[in-house]
Amino acid sequence: MPQNDYIEQHIKRHGRRLDYDEKKRKKQARESHKISKDAQSLKGWKGKQFAKKRYAEKVAMKKKIKAHEESKLQGPSKPKEDDGEALPTYLLDRQQQNTAKAISSSIKQKRMEKADKFSVPLPKVRGISEEEMFKVIKTGKSKSKSWKRMITKHTFVGEGFTRRPVKMERIIRPSALRQKKANVVHPELGVTVLLPILSVKKNPQSPMYTQMGVLTKGTIIEVNVSELGLVTAGGKVVWGKYAQITNEPDRDGVVNAVLLV
Amino acid sequence: MSTLVPPQSKRQKRDAQQPREVDIIPSDLPNVLVKFQASDTGESVGGSIRVPGAITEKQLEELLNELNGTADDPIPYTFSLETEKDLVDIKDNLYASVLKPGLKTTEDFLTLVYTPRAVFKVKPVTRASATITGHGSTILAAQFAPNTSDKLVTGAGDSTARIWDTNTQTIQKTLNGHSNWVLCVQWSPRGDVIATGSMDSNIKIWDAKTGDCLGTLSGHGKWISYLSWEPIHLVEKGHKPRLVSGSKDGSIKIWDTGSMRCLMTMSGHSSAVSCVKWGGLGLIYSASHDKTIRVWDSKDGKCLQILKSHAHWVNHLALSTDHVLRLGAFDYKGETPKNEEEEKERALKNFEKVSKIGGKLTERLVTASDDFTMFLWEPSKSNKPLCRMTGHQKLVNHVSFSPDGRYVTSASFDNSIKLWDGRDGKFISTFRGHVAPVYQTSWSSDCRLLVSCSKDTTLKVWDVKTRKLMSDLPGHLDEIYTVDWSVDGKRVASGGKDKSVRIWTH
Repeated sequence: MPQNDYIEQHIKRHGRRLDYDEKKRKKQARESHKISKDAQSLKGWKGKQFAKKRYAEKVAMKKKIKAHEESKLQGPSKPKEDDGEALPTYLLDRQQQNTAKAISSSIKQKRMEKADKFSVPLPKVRGISEEEMFKVIKTGKSKSKSWKRMITKHTFVGEGFTRRPVKMERIIRPSALRQKKANVVHPELGVTVLLPILSVKKNPQSPMYTQMGVLTKGTIIEVNVSELGLVTAGGKVVWGKYAQITNEPDRDGVVNAVLLV
Repeated sequence: MSTLVPPQSKRQKRDAQQPREVDIIPSDLPNVLVKFQASDTGESVGGSIRVPGAITEKQLEELLNELNGTADDPIPYTFSLETEKDLVDIKDNLYASVLKPGLKTTEDFLTLVYTPRAVFKVKPVTRASATITGHGSTILAAQFAPNTSDKLVTGAGDSTARIWDTNTQTIQKTLNGHSNWVLCVQWSPRGDVIATGSMDSNIKIWDAKTGDCLGTLSGHGKWISYLSWEPIHLVEKGHKPRLVSGSKDGSIKIWDTGSMRCLMTMSGHSSAVSCVKWGGLGLIYSASHDKTIRVWDSKDGKCLQILKSHAHWVNHLALSTDHVLRLGAFDYKGETPKNEEEEKERALKNFEKVSKIGGKLTERLVTASDDFTMFLWEPSKSNKPLCRMTGHQKLVNHVSFSPDGRYVTSASFDNSIKLWDGRDGKFISTFRGHVAPVYQTSWSSDCRLLVSCSKDTTLKVWDVKTRKLMSDLPGHLDEIYTVDWSVDGKRVASGGKDKSVRIWTH
């Protein structure tokens, strides 16, 4: 994965090789030889791929040539053909939405909104069995009792959580696997911000996991977005917003999520 | 999209249940002293007269006609009471509109200002008499001839303008020549030539009878946004009326339509000119997207005033004399004057009838803007507005003065039309009914009716007196961009996106 634009930077600092242009020109000049060789020698799947690409290129070129020829034939500009978009002067400078388009897009929008309640970036997740989720803890003097479970996944526990007495605690959420913050991506703005998690809204695996605050891939969490400065249509500042976890936190050790907008 | 009347609000319902006040005139009402005063010249007629306190408008009218010696050919009048602050219209009778609200007592001396009303009555349009197809594209502008409702010109997106005969409902002439949309059409006040402005930034002058192109005026850098003819009473003897054009490129040009040359270029606006009008006092008013309105001298092209108050684009401007300048020498009967002198004289008479207030020629200006407000100006007096008219919730697209200059209507993108007092800019009423942005309005020449066109594909006719919807005219298949009421009041023409011109009649 590229870490930065180090190649460009290097070129900026030190310039290119002295024979860069020469080599480039030669390579270009030789290109037709290479293509010809490929056309003759490539066999099998590679040959098919090559032929397809070649064919598409040739078609495009022929079309272009034809278009050029036609443009030369055309005389002076004819009266502009009607494109159904003539506008009176008072609407000319306004950003007009095509009404038909607007209607169809609004219908689509509405449909989307209806489905939106349930549609999320990650619609499907891998099922997680209870064996994987819980580790059985043996208790008792002779370790013969096995009613205690420890969650092997990352979890979110609310603020001010205190563990129950050991005798009563059936499910343990290890403190090392507790997460308070998530790296949330705003899909439209393309920024990533580390935001505090407010709650776990839904774990797709099971309502029980939701209750326990298990963070797995696909879980919907509520994050505190007050830092982002998002504003509602009414002008109020939004501070809680839903996000969906996009990684397996127990593999990466962090929670990455995408904001649902 | 016909309109459903919205359900009544709780307050409206409560008000409806309240006991209604019945107009009973007390029998023991004493006589009052009144004086009649003409609104245009400010002269009073007949001295002080003792009249019954319950005198009706009709009786006042009869009395005044008697005093003026026009009893055998009576002229209808409207009366308004002069108070310290403003004028109060007298509706129905004196008691109900003056004495009962306590504006004046029976002891006071009342000065009644009278204004002649239009002697003819325009019937409201109720049906589409014709749907004429022919244009290949959206219709962008339509205007009736200044002397008759038989001729109509439309400009469209198919880069032609067409002259229609509305009697036979056929195309008379197709004006081919532009190479792009025809954005504006203006019939000269003489009625013999038509000017069209186009997206191709040229203006063409056409003979209205033969449909020949008399000349092309090119010089603008971008499309033409508005055209306006020189008022007939200002035209020099032996000359043809000049033309002023505003363009997207921010310049205003005055053209000689005889020699087809550009006489002057006024470039002061820093952005597109949205509207330009040639006033009856020899001033040219231009509104621009640079938020200012400029007043130019038509003689030497000097910028006399810059009116700054708007906070956003100025979309449109209207003059209190718009209608009469369009008419030129014609009146509602459409008689052609015999020679140039008579024409000029009649045009001046027409103009003075509307613009003379208190013995002085005044021309008011109202401007509509993207900042949701309008301003009323009197540029010959001051560069400060007379009034700021607020109330619209979206941009105001179009304003128009009633032909007598007493009312102003504004069409806004908030689906409403508002009625304002044309003299002081006070808000009078709102016409609600359209369900989409209202694009334009047009007055009937007797000032009683108003027609509006909207994006919701309907035209609506409004009664100004009762402030109600008179008739709803569905029929167009798409947005209506332009509407015009003919000068004789017989027909309304509308056109829009559905490529057909519709003629509406009573």
